[in-house]
Amino acid sequence: MIAELGHFALILAGLVALVQMIVPLIGAHRLWPGWMAVAVPAAILQFALVATAFGALTYSFVTSDFSLRLVVLNSHTAKPMLYKVAGVWGNHEGSMLLWVLILSMFGAAAAAFGRNLRPSFKARVLAVQASIGVAFYGFILFTSNPFWRLATPPMNGEDLNPLLQDPGLAFHPPFLYLGYVGLSMAFSFAMAALIEGRVDAAWGRWVRPWTLAAWVFLTIGIALGSWWAYYELGWGGFWFWDPVENASFMPWLLATALVHSAVVVEKREALKSWTILLAIMGFGFSWIGTFLVRSGVITSVHAFANDPERGIYILAMLAVFMGGALTLFAARSGAMQAKGIFGIVSRESALVVNNILLAVSAFVVFFGTVWPLAAEIFFGRKLSVGAPYFDAAFTPFMVALAAILPIGAMLPWKRGSIARTMQPLWGVLALSMSGGALVWVLQTGGSMLAPMGFILATWVIGGSLVDLWSRTGRSGGAASRIRRLRNLPGADWGKAIAHSGLAVAVIGIAAMTSWQTEDIRVVQVGERFSHAGYEIELQDVNQVQGPNYSSTMATMAVYRDGREIALMHPEKRVYPVAQMPTTEAAIDNGIFRDIYLVIGDPQDGGGWAVRTYIKPLANWIWSGCIIMAIGGLFSLSDRRYRVAAGARRQRTAPSAGVPAE
Amino acid sequence: MKRALVILMLLASVLAAPVLAVTPSEMLSDPALEARARDISKGLRCLVCRNENIDESNADLAADLRVLVRERLVAGDSDEAVVGYIVGRYGEYVLLKPTATGANLALWLAGPAMLILGGLIGWRFVRSRRNASAESERALSPEEEVQLKEILDR
Repeated sequence: MIAELGHFALILAGLVALVQMIVPLIGAHRLWPGWMAVAVPAAILQFALVATAFGALTYSFVTSDFSLRLVVLNSHTAKPMLYKVAGVWGNHEGSMLLWVLILSMFGAAAAAFGRNLRPSFKARVLAVQASIGVAFYGFILFTSNPFWRLATPPMNGEDLNPLLQDPGLAFHPPFLYLGYVGLSMAFSFAMAALIEGRVDAAWGRWVRPWTLAAWVFLTIGIALGSWWAYYELGWGGFWFWDPVENASFMPWLLATALVHSAVVVEKREALKSWTILLAIMGFGFSWIGTFLVRSGVITSVHAFANDPERGIYILAMLAVFMGGALTLFAARSGAMQAKGIFGIVSRESALVVNNILLAVSAFVVFFGTVWPLAAEIFFGRKLSVGAPYFDAAFTPFMVALAAILPIGAMLPWKRGSIARTMQPLWGVLALSMSGGALVWVLQTGGSMLAPMGFILATWVIGGSLVDLWSRTGRSGGAASRIRRLRNLPGADWGKAIAHSGLAVAVIGIAAMTSWQTEDIRVVQVGERFSHAGYEIELQDVNQVQGPNYSSTMATMAVYRDGREIALMHPEKRVYPVAQMPTTEAAIDNGIFRDIYLVIGDPQDGGGWAVRTYIKPLANWIWSGCIIMAIGGLFSLSDRRYRVAAGARRQRTAPSAGVPAE
Repeated sequence: MKRALVILMLLASVLAAPVLAVTPSEMLSDPALEARARDISKGLRCLVCRNENIDESNADLAADLRVLVRERLVAGDSDEAVVGYIVGRYGEYVLLKPTATGANLALWLAGPAMLILGGLIGWRFVRSRRNASAESERALSPEEEVQLKEILDR
């Protein structure tokens, strides 16, 4: 009954979306206010209906309604409640329902909070948003219906993939989808602007908060996924360049570029066509990501329900939307003439370089991801493109990006001079260089990765601090400048915080990659061994019964200088329903290092195989991502202030002619 | 037939009891040789896994390959010879870092080529902005003025 209600609500939502797609678009074209106004209640109603459908599916999972096919395939009565709920989106059909839930949520948010949008523009934005919805409702109802019933319900379910039964992964998809689908707002804004034939500073101001919000969610989602991979896959890697990881990383790179280029549109009315193109491509890549994951053209752990037929449907939708968007883009190129004038050395140019580096790096990731497919189809070569390729081909872009970042961030708009911008930065440069040299000496040989990472990170963090400080002006004593620091707009703080977050992640990646140590050995119960200054004792190994798994749990004590600093429990689990084993590493988190223990199989001659890793600065990687996201939130908090400030300048600047700075 | 075999192997790897990626019994006593073996293993793909190298994989086939790599090393092969031997048996699919031969050149050149292209377009754009006439920074349209007033009055 509840499931039918959800099914019905979903069909209704599709019909409402159809109305929301057509009526406001005609209204905006004919300038009929009543027709345009349909968009707002429709968007909110559509969201309410999808939320009902989603609630119904969640209810079915929570109550283990095994007459639903989806619940049977992905749940079990013994499963903990958190994973019963997470099971809703831990599968193809449910995750698509989450997709449209978030899509309609963004639409409803734009309807509710978009009061300052022009009515015709708002109607078009919501109509485009609804058109994406229509495509996905069709996809769900016709190829992946989550509300399918079974004629003969079984006694119990088949359980969720044990790898997915994990707190990190329970929240990874919602955040990732908030990011993916959040980019649909940028797409809808871009399409609406193209339909109107008008891209101006106001457009840049409107699209930025939405893109920024999507970017924040995407950053958190990717960090959660990477953190999960770190502790769940049993050897502590943080990034695998897996096709599905790449699928989330490409939109992130483009969203990052978009957040930067929208600033240029907003403040300087330049880079318009490029920003529109980025908005289209950013969402396009979210879509390609969905295609890669769902179609199974590239096999991966995440492709839990892949199916070529669904892949073709998604690809067809992608072709229609991207084809339409790019055609419109080409037709309206005249509306996107740049207005701002700027010198070769200027903030604008620096942001152009930033965008080139980010976009080309996204292209490299894309090329590497689809190359195995292309090589097989066109050249008959069956080959792999793995982590070593991406490390080699992608890293240089990030190095270049971090190297120019502090200078670009401080260059003035319109016209600047490298020499003058560098003046306060020389000290930072000297500091980071000598720090890097020190690191190189201390690590006694080894790769240049750690010193390079250290140099770049100090350079970026130091540069951000100098930038913040310089914004307090030159006059006044230190005390009044510190006071002014507090009153700086959120965007300035957001910029400094997000850039520093990137630097923190860079240090973490460089340190963990180059300095981690590893030890593999057979250990008897009661035996002690030492590794990298730590003494580790295998005290006991027990069989433990979990709610829906049985576990071989070791008890290991870690000593430093004779004192016990941690008691750790690495596990090996077997999930009998899914017939799948998992390794649960035990991790002692620290600011400067993680101790990472894995228990293996019992050995023939007695004892257990044990792996020990010391991972320096591991947590900096995810902390850096979270700091980046916090920076984004700071920038978002500046929104209202920025609307007024941008408008005021826009009023005064043109009347005063073009100041030569 | 080949496909059925792969599926069988996949099933086998999933159902098999968990084993550590590199087990103590596999490791060579010579640390230098073992370090070389680990390095080589990180560049070879586990054939039945999703996207894992044989050094990290728990699959039985990966274990066999690790042992094979170590056997060749003990027999005195150079690193290149070991990789060549594995590629000879399993094809270039095992290489996680694709070669830069034939069509694969496109893979390695695509990034730099795109960067040069992007750089050229960016350079032309930036130069055109410098030389653009001042009139292109026009005043606001009446409609925009009204809207601006609305925003400021809010």
